Amino acid sequence: MTTQIGPGEGPPPRPPAPPAPPALQEPPPPRVNYLNVAYGVKSWLLTTDHKRIALLYLAGVTLMFFLGGSFAVLIRLELVTPAGDLVQSETYNKLFTMHGIIMVFFFLIPSIPAVLGNFLIPIMIGARDLAFPRLNLLSWYIYMLGAAFTIFTLVRGGVDTGWTFYTPYSTTYSNTHVVAAGLGIFITGFSSILTGLNFIVTIHRMRAPGLTWFRLPLFVWAHYATSLIFVLGTPVIAITLLTVVLERTLHLGIYDPRLGGDPILFQHLFWFYSHPAVYIMILPAMGVVSELVTCFSRKRIFGYEVVAMSSLAIAIIGFLVWGHHMFVSGQSTYAGLVFSLLSYLVAIPSAIKVFNWTATLYKGSVSYDTPMLYAIGFVGLFTIGGLTGLFLAALGLDVHVTDTYFVVAHFHYIMVGGAIMGYLGGIHFWWPKITGRLYPEMWARVAAVIVFAGFNLTFFPQFILGYLGMPRRYHAYPEEFQVLNVMSSAGASILGLGYLLPMVYLVWSMRYGPKASANPWQAKGLEWQTASPPITENFERQPVVTEEAYEYAPEEGAAVV
Amino acid sequence: MGSGLPLFPEAASTMAGRVDALYLFLVLVSVFFGLLIATLVVTFAIRFRRRSRDERPRPIHGSAVLELAWTLIPFGIVMVIFLWGAEVFFAMARVPPGAMEIYVVGKRWMWKTQHMTGQREINELHVPVGMPVKLTLTSEDVIHSFFVPAFRMKKDAVPGRYSTEWFQATRAGTYHLFCAEYCGTKHSGMIGNITVMEPAAFQAWLSGGATGTSLAAAGEKLFQDLACITCHRSDSEGRGPRLEGVFGHPVSLASGERVMADEAYVRESIVNPAARVVAGYQPVMPTYQGLVSEEGLMQLVAYIQSLGGPATAGPGAASEGRGQP
Repeated sequence: MTTQIGPGEGPPPRPPAPPAPPALQEPPPPRVNYLNVAYGVKSWLLTTDHKRIALLYLAGVTLMFFLGGSFAVLIRLELVTPAGDLVQSETYNKLFTMHGIIMVFFFLIPSIPAVLGNFLIPIMIGARDLAFPRLNLLSWYIYMLGAAFTIFTLVRGGVDTGWTFYTPYSTTYSNTHVVAAGLGIFITGFSSILTGLNFIVTIHRMRAPGLTWFRLPLFVWAHYATSLIFVLGTPVIAITLLTVVLERTLHLGIYDPRLGGDPILFQHLFWFYSHPAVYIMILPAMGVVSELVTCFSRKRIFGYEVVAMSSLAIAIIGFLVWGHHMFVSGQSTYAGLVFSLLSYLVAIPSAIKVFNWTATLYKGSVSYDTPMLYAIGFVGLFTIGGLTGLFLAALGLDVHVTDTYFVVAHFHYIMVGGAIMGYLGGIHFWWPKITGRLYPEMWARVAAVIVFAGFNLTFFPQFILGYLGMPRRYHAYPEEFQVLNVMSSAGASILGLGYLLPMVYLVWSMRYGPKASANPWQAKGLEWQTASPPITENFERQPVVTEEAYEYAPEEGAAVV
Repeated sequence: MGSGLPLFPEAASTMAGRVDALYLFLVLVSVFFGLLIATLVVTFAIRFRRRSRDERPRPIHGSAVLELAWTLIPFGIVMVIFLWGAEVFFAMARVPPGAMEIYVVGKRWMWKTQHMTGQREINELHVPVGMPVKLTLTSEDVIHSFFVPAFRMKKDAVPGRYSTEWFQATRAGTYHLFCAEYCGTKHSGMIGNITVMEPAAFQAWLSGGATGTSLAAAGEKLFQDLACITCHRSDSEGRGPRLEGVFGHPVSLASGERVMADEAYVRESIVNPAARVVAGYQPVMPTYQGLVSEEGLMQLVAYIQSLGGPATAGPGAASEGRGQP
């Protein structure tokens, strides 16, 4: 981005490439980088370097991912047979609850923003660090404290309310550790708020000279939109869970009708945050995919402004659709009508993104490196997830499929097929930048294909299962549902293998992988202009931006459609 | 049940076909757009694959026409889906007049159903073919959801309030009843059967059970046992409004509002009498919350409903008492 194209080179015909290959004259990497600048536990636990904090988060979310995943393994094992024969009902209920809580609040929500966002946003905008480095470190400690509460809940016997904490079950009837689990989420919410605040201020105030809003990488735009939801939405879930704790401990009548409360009120408050939370999970993944698609087709994104603005549109409209979780709850028919309409509106910006990514490939130079495989997988799975969302937003159809496996399949297509594919694609893409090492490409491609295949085998049968009427959260089920459940469990074991593989070869590559150059993908973006791994200050000199984002070829040759 | 891998549950209500039609339309839309995107992505990825290391394709900025097209066309399609879904939903919400009434209470972890004629069932419900049936649902503890896949019908049973759903069965047989809202330990055991019978067989079933008292009669007995009758007298001299001819008519409240005296209003007036007091009366009635079970409340509602009759609106309007319908 900083290198200006010489004026004399003129518009080249496709495909010859006049700029000299940068890999040939790359300066040797600096001997001191952010990883080896200091050693010892203290240098990590007291660091204020956003890159090191990102790695602390990486450790935290990876731990929580495999913890949450181990519950999924037990759930799928139990569901191989119709009878509830592997674990007791109480245990099963705790398994899906802990799976949901850990995956949603301790993996999906922080994964991309707190790991990749933390690492990349300052570098992408040419800054030395986030605006509030110590707040950044604090947010990691808050996250870990929340995680500790959750693990404490687990050790003490777990919680069985479902990750949705519906009242009055959670406030009055459950005999499990609702208060500890609720406080864990309450606490970790502050880490989201601080991260969101930090990103917003950083993006507003610390962009390099020349880096205007419409030159920002779409990854940054996506995180800006996500941060808005962090800051505006998270306080609501915090207060909501606090009121659950208050009703449970002090018997304040808020939700339980016996105490004069309204159980439906809880659902409104809960989904007011938890629906936008879905966009917290998917928007950053969309940002990652925009980076991957452009880099691996060596092309400017098709419709930059539209893609950037659609992130904001999703963040804003996403706040107005929560009632679509409650079509059969007894909320008024007309409220249902409005929420259905708004839900269809929020589908449009997502569709726009998919079309623009597809169009970016057109007349590009497409390579099939691992991150691109994940990006293409994301587009496919997210499309299925999005289209099945149309089923659920249709009032008369939702009555049949809500609270069945159809919903389970739908949101896993978005959260696992979408968010985790995006996360893995991003981890692979920026791995050379983060660690300074290359991973074994062959293994990585194999893993990407296994994840894609295993995912579809796991979750596609659940759409059919749901339409047939199998309710979610069932420990035992009628025999006619067995075949599809066995397919799903078989798929889950493949998917599990697909997730373990990167764990192995990525860790291996940290020591044995070949050294990465500053820009192994020949990608655009400021993060590729600095060494791999970067120095603590990110750049030797303050970068100055003179071009648009994703300018893979000189502008003079731009086609106007 | 069934051979091979079925893709649809049994269809046994008038709604089932309508829901399936909408579902099929959405499947078609999804297959079309799914294949469109997949084909484009795969075609572009192969056709424009990287052929040399230093390839630099010409940038394309975008196209206002295309952006507009893929905004407006999906918008048009989702609006069709929206209206179709809303149409089916409203049909589900509108209970046809003359529907047979059944009261349902969810309780961890069973479904208790009561027919107007007095039959009570647990985790079972017998209904006739070809007649609209209206369910009035509530819960004694947490939220449950009454889900019959073969009817494509689901409604939450929420503690502290009544919700309604209706169906008209089209085929005799036995169908699954599930609880679809997670309710604790034995959530997946809160299941039962809906038995749909030919009308003649249903009549035989109705007269078969040793029932004796109708729901309204059971309510009348409760009405006396709880001493409601001391205030709600039929001669308009009581401290409370007389209840003959009230049900199904609008009532004027002390606040100046008017409210329809339906199941929900009657229930509320028993458990939370001060909430909406009838005009001309003092809020002196004590609450009966916790003193009457949800099933008892439903019996009382059925009794007051039986007093309703076609009389003119307003309390104290009916001239003669107990018109048994």
